[in-house]
Amino acid sequence: MRHELLLIAITVILLIVEIFLPDDRKRKIILPSIILMTIVTILGFFPGSTGILFGGMYKTTALTVMFKNILNIGVLIVFIQSVDWLKKPENNNKIGEYFLLMLSTLIGMNYMISAGDFLMFYLGLELATIPIAALAAFERFKEHSAEAGVKLIFISALSSGILLYGLSMIYGTIGTVYFEEVSTAVTGSPLQVLAFIFFFAGMAFKISLVPFHLWTADVYEGAPVNVTSYLSVISKGAAAFIFTIILFTVFNKIAVLWSDVIYIITILTITLGNLFALRQQNLKRFLAFSSIAQAGFILLGIIGQSQLGMTTVIYFILVYIFSNLAAFGVVAIISNRTGKETINDYDGLYRTNPNLSLVMMLALFSLAGIPPLAGFFGKFFLFAAAAKQGYYILVLIALINTIIALYYYLLVIKAMLLNNSDRPIAYFKSDGYTRLGLLLCVAGIIVIGFASSIYEAVNKLSFGIY
Amino acid sequence: MSILTLFIIIPVLTVIGILLSKNHMQVKWTAVVGMSLQLISAITLIFLFLAERRAGNTAEILFAQDNVWYQTLNIHFYIGVDGISVAMIGLTALVIFAGIFASWDIRDLPREFFTSLILLGTGVFGFFISLDLFTMFLFYELAVIPMYLLIGIWGSGPRHYSAMKLTLMLMGGSAFILLGVLGLYLNSNAGGGPLTFDLIKISKESIPMEMQRFLFPFLFVGFGVLGALFPFHTWSPDGHASAPTAVSMLHAGVLMKLGGYGCYRVAVFLLPDAAHELGWIFLILATIGVIYGALGAIWQKDLKYINAYSSVSHCALVLFAILMFNKTAMNGAIMQMISHGIMTALFFALIGMIYGRTHTRYINEMGGLMKVMPFLAVAYVIGGLASLGLPGFSGFVAEMTVFVGAFQHSDTFHRVATIIVASSIVVTAVYILRVVGILLLGKIRNDDYEKITDAKWFDRMSVVALILGITLIGMAPLWLSDMINGGLVPIMQKLLSITPMIH
Repeated sequence: MRHELLLIAITVILLIVEIFLPDDRKRKIILPSIILMTIVTILGFFPGSTGILFGGMYKTTALTVMFKNILNIGVLIVFIQSVDWLKKPENNNKIGEYFLLMLSTLIGMNYMISAGDFLMFYLGLELATIPIAALAAFERFKEHSAEAGVKLIFISALSSGILLYGLSMIYGTIGTVYFEEVSTAVTGSPLQVLAFIFFFAGMAFKISLVPFHLWTADVYEGAPVNVTSYLSVISKGAAAFIFTIILFTVFNKIAVLWSDVIYIITILTITLGNLFALRQQNLKRFLAFSSIAQAGFILLGIIGQSQLGMTTVIYFILVYIFSNLAAFGVVAIISNRTGKETINDYDGLYRTNPNLSLVMMLALFSLAGIPPLAGFFGKFFLFAAAAKQGYYILVLIALINTIIALYYYLLVIKAMLLNNSDRPIAYFKSDGYTRLGLLLCVAGIIVIGFASSIYEAVNKLSFGIY
Repeated sequence: MSILTLFIIIPVLTVIGILLSKNHMQVKWTAVVGMSLQLISAITLIFLFLAERRAGNTAEILFAQDNVWYQTLNIHFYIGVDGISVAMIGLTALVIFAGIFASWDIRDLPREFFTSLILLGTGVFGFFISLDLFTMFLFYELAVIPMYLLIGIWGSGPRHYSAMKLTLMLMGGSAFILLGVLGLYLNSNAGGGPLTFDLIKISKESIPMEMQRFLFPFLFVGFGVLGALFPFHTWSPDGHASAPTAVSMLHAGVLMKLGGYGCYRVAVFLLPDAAHELGWIFLILATIGVIYGALGAIWQKDLKYINAYSSVSHCALVLFAILMFNKTAMNGAIMQMISHGIMTALFFALIGMIYGRTHTRYINEMGGLMKVMPFLAVAYVIGGLASLGLPGFSGFVAEMTVFVGAFQHSDTFHRVATIIVASSIVVTAVYILRVVGILLLGKIRNDDYEKITDAKWFDRMSVVALILGITLIGMAPLWLSDMINGGLVPIMQKLLSITPMIH
């Protein structure tokens, strides 16, 4: 419970500070926010108590604590990376809102992760989604941004409705919404299967699996880059985590049913995500589709079931957070400073901004799964988990897709390093916050793979989840 | 700590040194110092290895070092060498050493160039010393990726296209390998115990036959892509032609050997039953590859394309010899890898130097170069003669051994294949002598060429080092073939247990 309490505490503190700051000094809130978030992140790592609250509604286990820590780190990096953008004059009077909304979604995710029944889970999910819609529409004077906000709120309302309908059917057939009681009572009767399908579809919207992905690209493109990176990394990671846990614990008994569904969805998600990414010129859309494909890889771990599957999913999410945040960080700073967002704009970037290009290259190579970067380990272990269940053909299809993915990642690298341009993006000096944020990401990309102890730690905590 | 760790540490330190260097002279000299140290350690390793063997140490793997990396998945950083890997390490160290000197006049982004080049080298060294399939695969991909930047940034001609084609085809191959490696891992505990990536342990397990049949094509084709297995060789001519000199050298000289080595060490060694059953398919492909490559070389007018196609032909010969499954032919296969590695590196180095002076690679536009650059011309003739298998050079030893071994099979299929492949020697002679005739002899066709200067000191360093290698193996092949034979013992035992026909 400590994570949630700490987050609520700093949210309240920031709210009060925000109110008392005069209008022309709103920027002063940036540094305290980041410092408080850093403190919360560090405090999260101290060993604490685990247990059950409210009669089983709320569970704190070592695994959820670890995942909350991962989310804290991710959000901290997002905070640091957004500073450059927040300092723009047009954002001057809503800096406080940005941090408050972000923190409330984070609290929502914490509720969702720790949920012990479907009601708590749903509550957390809503709290984690609705503020993001406000964030997506943050640059409200821009048409695209407003459009993204509206689309996101509609689609999340729709998917929540579907999800809730599924949950009501579960309650109708079993008479309880507690995870543990549901898991023993699930029999796979037709109504329960229908309930599961509704639940699955609702979650698939949140994680943007094909064919429930159609909202992703528009929202990602319209929202401010830092919000996009939050949406595609933190929010998606948390949803994928709880989705895996619910599949493994609650719907464990009907695994035969859902593994077939996931088999097909995996192929669709990876393949279509990749094929659409091939055609994108705008880097935000490009990363949106590539992140759809990456979500498909997470499914490989889910279909792998067992402890290995759980471990590889969490490990991959961790790797994915660092790699994708690095890529988005570079896109964000370039977009803020120059307004350029397409791949062609990046022509010859290495000659003018070598460090940013290197970070981008490392991030993309990590996303493509090239050794010795963390992405390689993440992907390899996911493949191992799926192959262990005998899904060799599925692994082969996923592997062929990694080659397609490599092609489009190389297109960006080609633009930065190989192409020459008459009018490249001019040299600019990025601020200290951005550099710190990118440095953290790069350190993560390099260290997570080599330090096997991180994997072992995840593995130890995943014990007994399946 | 085993001496083998040096082969990873030295390149990594060199890369760090290069990144810290201030100007491009410092970059180059850091690279030279690093790779000289690497060459010295490789030579030391060869002597140490021979001394151990002479002292009667018959262990399968020497200088082994085993560190646990990922405990739950049983991934180890397990390194060690047998005679074959020692030979390959020697080859790699020599070619990289020569490659650094051959790229002495890189002007554009030298720091990035040498970093990528040495990273590539790290991958190759790591691959040859790894005995754990996971790390082996890791180093394999590490060796392939820098090629994209090396060809794409510093290449010539349609470099963007070639770089992309090469990278995607090779990574496609590596996707196949990954599947094969996972299959091996998940079937590595037939005799009980935990799953393992340990190559030596897996070689002692018997993997179920249907699994072998499923995995063998993936592994053989996967490595075969890099070993220029017909029809997956198409990346090779384009890639070689577009790559800068040192990269062509390393690529044809060393990187393509990863393919042959992987086919031998992983596909055939770990899945002998399937190799024996399905080998004929790949034998036909390899036979076609040898002839196709040689004929392809005849039609070409661009020096680099000629050499690229001849590499396809020679590398196919390696696969051909491996698939003969007998000791003599396999020995020949390894010898051919070493011999071709040095020889083709010499060719590409010379082509780079000639191009740097004449600014064309089309043989029709050149002529009489013997008169203006005698040193390079003589070196080219030596390389050519070695390539067509003249006694006294390494090419002869290798090809002779391959054909003697291949002819030990008495059935029609193998005999016919051998005869077809042997006839490629004639074709090789045609394209080598044709180039020597047009390029080096005759009149000087372009007045500008009168002013051409001969090799500079760094050119000579590179050329002399490689020629020494060729003649050393050509004159005194026995120590090398003994060393390789020692390494072949385990695989021969496995193959003998399948069919007594093989000797």
